[in-house]
Amino acid sequence: MEKRNGNSANQIFWSIVSFLRRCLFLVICACPIPHHIAFIMDGNRRYAKKQKLMEGTGHRVGFVALMSMLKYCYELGVRYVTIYAFSIENFKRQPEEVQSLMDLMQEKIEGLIKEESIVNRYGVKVHFIGNLKLLSEPVRLAAERAMVATANNSRGVLSICIAYTSTDEIVHAVQESCEEKWNEISALNASGAGYGLDKFGGNEKDERENIVKLTDIERHMYMAVAPDPDILIRTSGETRLSNFLLWQSAYCCLYCPSVLWPEIGFRHFVWAILNFQCNRLYLERKKKQS
Amino acid sequence: MDLKIQMQRARATSFASYTGNLGLLLLWHILHLLVRLWYFLLWMVCVLESYLISGGILKKYKALNVGKLRYLAIVVESEEAYETSKVIELLQWLEAIGVKRVCLYDTEGVLKKSKEVILTKLKNAVVYEDGYQDESLVDQIRMSVEFCSFSDGKEAITKAANLLFVKYLKLATLPGDHEEKIFTEPHMDDALKAIGGRGPDPDLLLVYGPARCHLGFPAWRMRYTEIVHMGQLMHMRYGSLIKAIYRFTTVRQNYGK
Repeated sequence: MEKRNGNSANQIFWSIVSFLRRCLFLVICACPIPHHIAFIMDGNRRYAKKQKLMEGTGHRVGFVALMSMLKYCYELGVRYVTIYAFSIENFKRQPEEVQSLMDLMQEKIEGLIKEESIVNRYGVKVHFIGNLKLLSEPVRLAAERAMVATANNSRGVLSICIAYTSTDEIVHAVQESCEEKWNEISALNASGAGYGLDKFGGNEKDERENIVKLTDIERHMYMAVAPDPDILIRTSGETRLSNFLLWQSAYCCLYCPSVLWPEIGFRHFVWAILNFQCNRLYLERKKKQS
Repeated sequence: MDLKIQMQRARATSFASYTGNLGLLLLWHILHLLVRLWYFLLWMVCVLESYLISGGILKKYKALNVGKLRYLAIVVESEEAYETSKVIELLQWLEAIGVKRVCLYDTEGVLKKSKEVILTKLKNAVVYEDGYQDESLVDQIRMSVEFCSFSDGKEAITKAANLLFVKYLKLATLPGDHEEKIFTEPHMDDALKAIGGRGPDPDLLLVYGPARCHLGFPAWRMRYTEIVHMGQLMHMRYGSLIKAIYRFTTVRQNYGK
């Protein structure tokens, strides 16, 4: 009887909290909110050490924090969310740690496909961004299944960067652009139009026209599925981007709270949004000028 | 009669909605006033701390291990970059601290245009030369200053991409896959060097502007760069500069491991 009363008191408490949160979001939405927020989820290992937990548990607690952040983003109406789940540089960690991270990711990716998952509740399409060939087959297949299962969702986009670095993304985009141009040239040659390939070999670099344009490279970026981020949040107080969204973050508000990722909460989220709103007009002006 | 009632209801709903929106806007402004008040208080604390540091009262900032800072980048908001005297003063402070290699960046290339003025006033500085690979050739006495703008970022990558495309054209007609011989990060590095767009990666990047944002500093060079927001150039303080450099020297990076 007491336990039931305790449970219903708990439910009422969380309903009030949820109501107050929605009221605060209503106030924040009086002015434009960001379209795209990116997260670098740093501090899981430090959290586990601080709380004297088993190795690997920090990442599990970090996943719970991620679900909360996604809930706040989609409730507020932020359409695009990007997270830095695993860097190509992280493959240099101890093999056991890499394997346990891969196992955790596979388990959570399979969870995304379920009906009651957060992505289906909020109608979010999932993209896996990065050099997926570097992943083991079970993880890559799970990622592909998740992308297919959520392909028809259209209310939001979640980009999960896995086996990703910005420099790898840039080189990949350059490669795809060059291959596309080569295919166009070959097709023109085959149809007899003749493109005059000789003008692109051995001339002075100033005289040669740029065949591969900036728009081609941008079109082939992995992150072409979303606009440039408005806010980039990195936890644990670290102020570097660690090879994440370097190309896309030119006019992005960088926010680096000192809290560890598993400890990130609602107040940090609100503070990041308010910071963005303070600088929005300035950053929009800079974007238009570029 | 019914139509009149319907119109009255529509007007009442519209008025309620308009008042509601105004109310929310008012609450929003109150919220933002509190945010700005908080930042003002924080700014006052920073100013006080900066004076204590400049005055040598906070002892921990006296021993600065500047050697750890091999390359420093300064991003300046283009409108403020016209204040050449402020930029020169900042470079003089860095020279006094012992920072030898600096990259100055602004989006529109205002600093590039003021290059001659800046170097003349600095007296003991040279323009960074791309060719210096060997550390021993780098002048240890004089400060080297590199000038960059937005065109050294994405446009440089595009030019490097075209160099790689020429290489690809030569191999594409041959049998087999040649992509891994051309499209790798070291090859992109070499292509950027060939077009003169591959300066060193800065260890620390100080942003002088209204927002904490790198304003398009060349992406290829910023992988592990610490980015610190210093506020606007017109309000720059020597103590805050010391604090930023000191904090950088205490950072420990794992580089992904």
